[in-house]
Amino acid sequence: MSKQKQLQVSAIENGTVIDHIPAESLFDVINILGLDQITNLITFGTNLDSDKLGKKAIIKVEGKFFEDNEINKISLVAPHVKLNIIRDYEVVEKRDVEIPDEVVGIVKCFNPKCITNNEVIKTHFKVMDKTDLALKCHYCEKNTTRDELKMM
Amino acid sequence: MKNKSLVSISDYTRDEILRILELAAFYEANPKQPELREKVIASLFFEPSTRTRLSFETAINRLGARVIGFTDSSSSSTTKGETLKDTIKMVSNYADLIVMRHPLEGSARYASEQSRVPIINAGDGANQHPTQTLLDLYSIQKTQGTLENLTVFMVGDLKYGRTVHSLLMALSHFNPVFYFVAPKELEMPCEYKAFLRERGIEFYEQKEMNNLEQADILYMTRVQKERFSDPMEYERVKNAYVLRNAMLDKTKENLKVLHPLPRVNEIHTDVDSSEKAYYFQQAENGVYTRMAIISAIMGLK
Ligand SMILES: [Zn+2]
Repeated sequence: MSKQKQLQVSAIENGTVIDHIPAESLFDVINILGLDQITNLITFGTNLDSDKLGKKAIIKVEGKFFEDNEINKISLVAPHVKLNIIRDYEVVEKRDVEIPDEVVGIVKCFNPKCITNNEVIKTHFKVMDKTDLALKCHYCEKNTTRDELKMM
Repeated sequence: MKNKSLVSISDYTRDEILRILELAAFYEANPKQPELREKVIASLFFEPSTRTRLSFETAINRLGARVIGFTDSSSSSTTKGETLKDTIKMVSNYADLIVMRHPLEGSARYASEQSRVPIINAGDGANQHPTQTLLDLYSIQKTQGTLENLTVFMVGDLKYGRTVHSLLMALSHFNPVFYFVAPKELEMPCEYKAFLRERGIEFYEQKEMNNLEQADILYMTRVQKERFSDPMEYERVKNAYVLRNAMLDKTKENLKVLHPLPRVNEIHTDVDSSEKAYYFQQAENGVYTRMAIISAIMGLK
């Protein structure tokens, strides 16, 4: 990343930078990570130029280091996200996200006749296909695919 | 199997399926077995299904247990807005086993997680109806002497028909050959065909009722008008999936015609008198199969 581009969103001292978010997935990522619920200092930028994605978004969270199971949730909406772990203004670690084997909560079952859409129940899916994304509902046994994906 | 819920046919292994069929044969030979005299079994029908309910309640009575419950949700507390969770929590304090039918898919799995006692799924929407599958298997084994290496034709609505999907999964343990006979709009979904390919199970798809001379089992299902997006298409295909007695002429001696019932017109009444018609006995087998399932879960045998 060039110096000039970095200036578009201000730097953080300690925390996590979530980079390479497709611009249209920014709010899904905010939602999934519950960033609207936390009190940390958050800056984000969107519609930044990106060679790979056209328009990308970036989120910087001061003082927050995510657990694996938290960040892997992002992969459902933005599989190519990169995480930079920042300590004392330096990138100390770079990480990719991975689609998990199971998805609990987060995603709504696509089937309107599923019990989870009719009573207050935490959803639970097994990931059947990681490339095209197919989530098999533990309850109704129907698949929800990427196009049908809706967050809780 | 003891104390384990039966929600989906895939909850049972090949050996467990065979064990149920063995028990079903025992109960058919010895139908009066009041072994559950001290027990209370709840029969919760959140939507009416007289056929399935009577079959279960007959099985429960033959085993000597008492039945509590309701026959449709208008007579239950669910009309007062009680959640499924609360109903199940309450009933599982009273009963030793719960048989339930519910219009929502996944309801039985959820109930099994909330209940202190085992659940038998008697149908959850379009999802699963495992006791139907087990009685189909029992009928097949009884008439063919085996479940192995059979050629099974499935005819009609293969897209939405949950009975054919569950039967397909269960038979996949026994090296079958399948012929799928359905109109384009109702053909077998890709996920099931992918499942068969993965397991190296042979199958053929055809739009017409031919090659019947290959069949050991002819499993007929209803083709319902409301499944078609184009009513003209229904009119065009509806007669193509009606079985008539003359069509059985060149078929194998051992062929049996099965149907989950109730039928509409997909099996002409002229088939009823054929030796090969088995759908009425199939329904009767349901009582023995359900006795076997209840007995296995209650740990009787
Ligand atoms: Zn579902």
